[in-house]
Amino acid sequence: MDKPTNNGAWLLVVPVVLLVAFNAVMPLMAVVNYSVQDIFGPGQAYWVGTEWYREVLGDTRLHEALLRQFLFSGLVLLIEIPLGVLIALAMPRRGWAVSLVLVILALPLLIPWNVIGTIWIIFTRPDIGLLGYSLNSLGIPFDHTASPLDAWITLMLMEVWHWTPLVVLLAYAGLKAIPEAFYQAAAIDGASAWKVFRYIQLPKMRGVLTIAVLLRFMDSFLIYAEPFVLTGGGPGNATTFPSIYLVKVALGQFDLGPAGAFSVIYFLIVLLFSWLFYQVLQNVGRGKAR
Amino acid sequence: MKTGIVRFALATYLVMLMLPVYWMVNMSLRDNADILSTFVLFPENLTFDNYIKIFTDPSWYSGYINSMIYVTMNMVISVSVALPAAYAFSRYRFIGDKHVFFWLLTNRMAPPAVFALPFFQLYQTMGLIDTHIAVALAHTLFNVPLAVWVLEGFMSAIPREIDETAYLDGYSFPRFFFRIFMPLIKTGIGVTAFFTFMFSWVELLMARTLTTTEAKPIAAVMTRTVSATGLDWGLLAAAGVLTIVPGALVIYFVRNYMAKGFALGRV
Amino acid sequence: MASITFEGVAHSYERHPRDERDFALKTLDASFENGGAYALLGPSGCGKTTLLNIISGLLRPTRGRVLYDDRDVTALPPARRNIAQVFQFPVIYDTMTVEQNLAFPLRNRGLAAAAIARRVAEVAEMLELEGVLRQRAAGLTADQKQKVSLGRGLVRVDVAAILLDEPLTVIDPQLKWLLRRKLKEVHARYGHTFVYVTHDQNEALTFADRVVVMYDGRIVQVGSPQDLFERPLHRFVGYFIGSPGMNFLPCHLAGNGLGIDGTEVVLGGAWFAEAASHPSARLELGIRPEHLEVLAGPEPGSVEARLLRVEDLGNYKLVSAMLGPHRLFAKVPEGREIGGETVNLRFPPTRTRLYADDRLLV
Repeated sequence: MDKPTNNGAWLLVVPVVLLVAFNAVMPLMAVVNYSVQDIFGPGQAYWVGTEWYREVLGDTRLHEALLRQFLFSGLVLLIEIPLGVLIALAMPRRGWAVSLVLVILALPLLIPWNVIGTIWIIFTRPDIGLLGYSLNSLGIPFDHTASPLDAWITLMLMEVWHWTPLVVLLAYAGLKAIPEAFYQAAAIDGASAWKVFRYIQLPKMRGVLTIAVLLRFMDSFLIYAEPFVLTGGGPGNATTFPSIYLVKVALGQFDLGPAGAFSVIYFLIVLLFSWLFYQVLQNVGRGKAR
Repeated sequence: MKTGIVRFALATYLVMLMLPVYWMVNMSLRDNADILSTFVLFPENLTFDNYIKIFTDPSWYSGYINSMIYVTMNMVISVSVALPAAYAFSRYRFIGDKHVFFWLLTNRMAPPAVFALPFFQLYQTMGLIDTHIAVALAHTLFNVPLAVWVLEGFMSAIPREIDETAYLDGYSFPRFFFRIFMPLIKTGIGVTAFFTFMFSWVELLMARTLTTTEAKPIAAVMTRTVSATGLDWGLLAAAGVLTIVPGALVIYFVRNYMAKGFALGRV
Repeated sequence: MASITFEGVAHSYERHPRDERDFALKTLDASFENGGAYALLGPSGCGKTTLLNIISGLLRPTRGRVLYDDRDVTALPPARRNIAQVFQFPVIYDTMTVEQNLAFPLRNRGLAAAAIARRVAEVAEMLELEGVLRQRAAGLTADQKQKVSLGRGLVRVDVAAILLDEPLTVIDPQLKWLLRRKLKEVHARYGHTFVYVTHDQNEALTFADRVVVMYDGRIVQVGSPQDLFERPLHRFVGYFIGSPGMNFLPCHLAGNGLGIDGTEVVLGGAWFAEAASHPSARLELGIRPEHLEVLAGPEPGSVEARLLRVEDLGNYKLVSAMLGPHRLFAKVPEGREIGGETVNLRFPPTRTRLYADDRLLV
C-alpha cells in the first residue's frame, strides 16, 4: 500500500511536536549541561568536558548494574510477551465476562508503583504475608531480604504480576481489531487453530506487539520505584539496577555532573536497543518484497 | 473440552492476579498493629477506620481530587492532539516522518530522576508550579508519544480505500473522521484512553516535583504514611485500594470500545 | 455445483424474538438453481448479507432448513459445505505469497503437491495472476487481492457455490467493471452457482441472470433484469430499479376510471376493472420515466402537466413536470425540443402498472 506524499500533513502533526518538544528540549539541554560541568553550588560550575563521561563509563559498579539490568529486561520480555499473548487468546470475546476480565486485568496497572513495592513486601513476609506464610508452611525457606535469589524471584513475580496485563490489553485490542471475515475465511479454508494463529492472528498483531515489546523494554530498563521499595537494591547489590544507582549518585551525593553524564549514557543505551528492536520487529516476516 | 481447559487456565491466572490485591484489601480493613501481629486470611477485627480517615481528612481526599483533575486533563489533551497526528503518520508520507515518529518515542527513554530539577525550573519560569495544568502538560511528554504510536497502529489497519470512498461520496474531512473513521478505530481509542489515564495516574516523580500543596496528587500524599512509628500499613493499603477505583471505572467505561472489535459494513 | 433451497427460513439476531420486527429475515422460501448467476439486491438493512451468511453456514437460521441439492446442510459448518466466499474487503493471508494463498485450502485438505500445483496454475491463469504468483500478498493492489480471495474459492474443484458479499466495495471505480467482467467469465467457464450481494443496481443488473430483490427482510421479487424493469411486482422494486425509479401516482376509483389524487384527471382503461375488485386498497399507478410519453401537443388520452425543467444528460433528456401536486419524470431522446409552460403526457396502457397496497395488480 503506497502512501501518498503530502507535506501538508505536517499541520496535523505540529501540535504533537510542539507539545512534546516543549517538555523535552529544555530539560534535555539542561541535563547535557550538567554532564559537562562540575557543580559545586548555585553559580559555581566549571567546565570539565568529558571527564564525567569517562568516570561513569569506567565505573565497575555501574557495569555490574547494567548487566543486572540486561538480565532483568531480558527475562521480562521473555516471560511477559508470550504470556500476555496467550492470555489475550484465552480471553472471552463477547459477553458479560469481558467486562469483568478487563477490570481485573487493569487492577495491577492502576496501583502506584511505590504501593506495589509495599504490598509485595508484606505479601512475601513469612509472618503476615499470604505468599510468605504459605511457602513457610510448605517448608520452603524464603527470605527476599537475605537471599539474592529469593530477592530476584520476588522481584520477577512482582514485575510479571504488575505488567503482564499491559501486554494482555494491547494484544487483546489487537486481536479484537481483526475483522471476523478473516476467521470466517479460515473456517471455509479448513485451517486449524494453529494455522489461524500463525497466518492471521500473529501477523495482524505485529503493530501492538511492537508497541508492547518497546514499552516493556523501555519501562523495565528504567525501572526504579518497585525494586527500590521492595529491596532497596539489596541484599547487598543483588538488585541494584542502574536507575537505583543513579539516584544514589544524583540525590544521595548531590553530584549533578556525573548524574547528568550517567543519564545521557543511560538514555543512549535505551535508545540504541529500542531502535534495534524496532528495526527487527518492523521487518521480521516481511521477507523480500518483490 | 479444550475450551474448558482454556477457561480454567484463564480463571487461575485471574485469581492469582487478584491475590495481592485481595491482600491489600485485607490490610486496609485492619489497623496497623493488627496487621503487624497476626496472620489471618480474613480480617477478624474488621475496621473501616482507615477509610474513614481518608474520606474525612482533606489533605487525603484532596490528593485524589487533584490527581483526577490533572489526569483527566492530560487524557483529553493527549488523545485530542494524538488523533490527527496519528492519522497523518498512518496515511501520508512527509518530510522527516519516520524520524519524527521514532523521536516521539525516545521521550520515554530517559531516566527521570535527573530531569526533575530542570523540569521544575522550566515550569517555574512559566509560573505554573502547583497547578493542575502543569502536571497535565508535563505528562504529555510520555503520554502523547504513546497515544500516537498506539493510534497509528490501529489506524493503519483500516484500508485507505475507505477514506477514498468517503471522499467520493462527498464527505468533508471532519465529517468523515468523526462519523466513519473514529468508530472503526474504537478499540484503539479505548486502549489509548486507558493507557494515558493509567500512566498519568501512577506517575509520581514529576507530579510531586511540580506541585506543593494546591495540586498535590494522591501518590505523593501516600508517602506521608511514614510516621515516627514507621509505616502505617493499614492506611497505606486503604489509600492503595482507593487509587484503583477511578482507573477501574475508566476501563469499565471503555470496555465497549475495546471489546466491540471491528465491523466493516453490515447486512 | 449445487442448487440451493431455502425452506421456511427465518432469522433473528435476538436471542428470544418476540414478533416479526425482531426478525432480520422474515420467513421465506427460495431456490437458487444449479449454475445460475444470482444477485441479491436491496438497500442496507434489507437482510441480504444475512441471507448470504445462512447460505454459507456462517449463520444458523433461527427457523427453517437449507438444502444443497437434496441434502439438509442446515447444521453443517461452513468448512463442510464446500462453498467459497468473497468479502467486501480482501481477505487474504498477508504473509504468504499469492501461490501459497491459492494453495492453502488444498493443502489443508491434504491434496498431493502435484495436484495442488496444477490447480493453482489453472486458477492463476484464469484470473490473470500468473505474474504475481511469487509475490507476497500484502503488496498487491486491492483488485488483485480480491482476485486472490476469489481464487482461493475457485481452487477447490468440489465447490458448490460461490458467494460474493459486495466484493467491489474497495475497488477503484475504473477497475470495477474489469473485475465484474472477470466474474462473468469465471461463471461462464466454470458454471458454479454464483450468489452476488449488492446494493448497487448496476452491478446486479449487469452481472446476474436472475435478480433477487429484497426489502425489509423479505424477498420481494425474483426475475431477470428485464422482468424487474418491465413488471415490478412490488412498489419497492419499481422505485429501487431504474434511475430515476418509477413514477408513482396515488389514485382512487372515480366513476368509470381512476382519478389521480389531488387533480381533476381521470384515466380510463383496463385498470379500472381490476381496481374495482379491490375497493379498499391503497391504489397507485406506476410508470417508468422511460415509458411515460411526452407528446408534441394534446392528443386523446393525454393529460396536461406543468413543466418544471428539462435537463440535458448527454444521450437523453430528463423532463420534470408537475401533475397537480405530484412530480413526474420522463426521459426523452436527446434530439427532442421541449419548452413552454406545459407538457402533454400520456400513460401507455401496456406500460402503466397498477399497484394495490404496494403489490402489482395489473
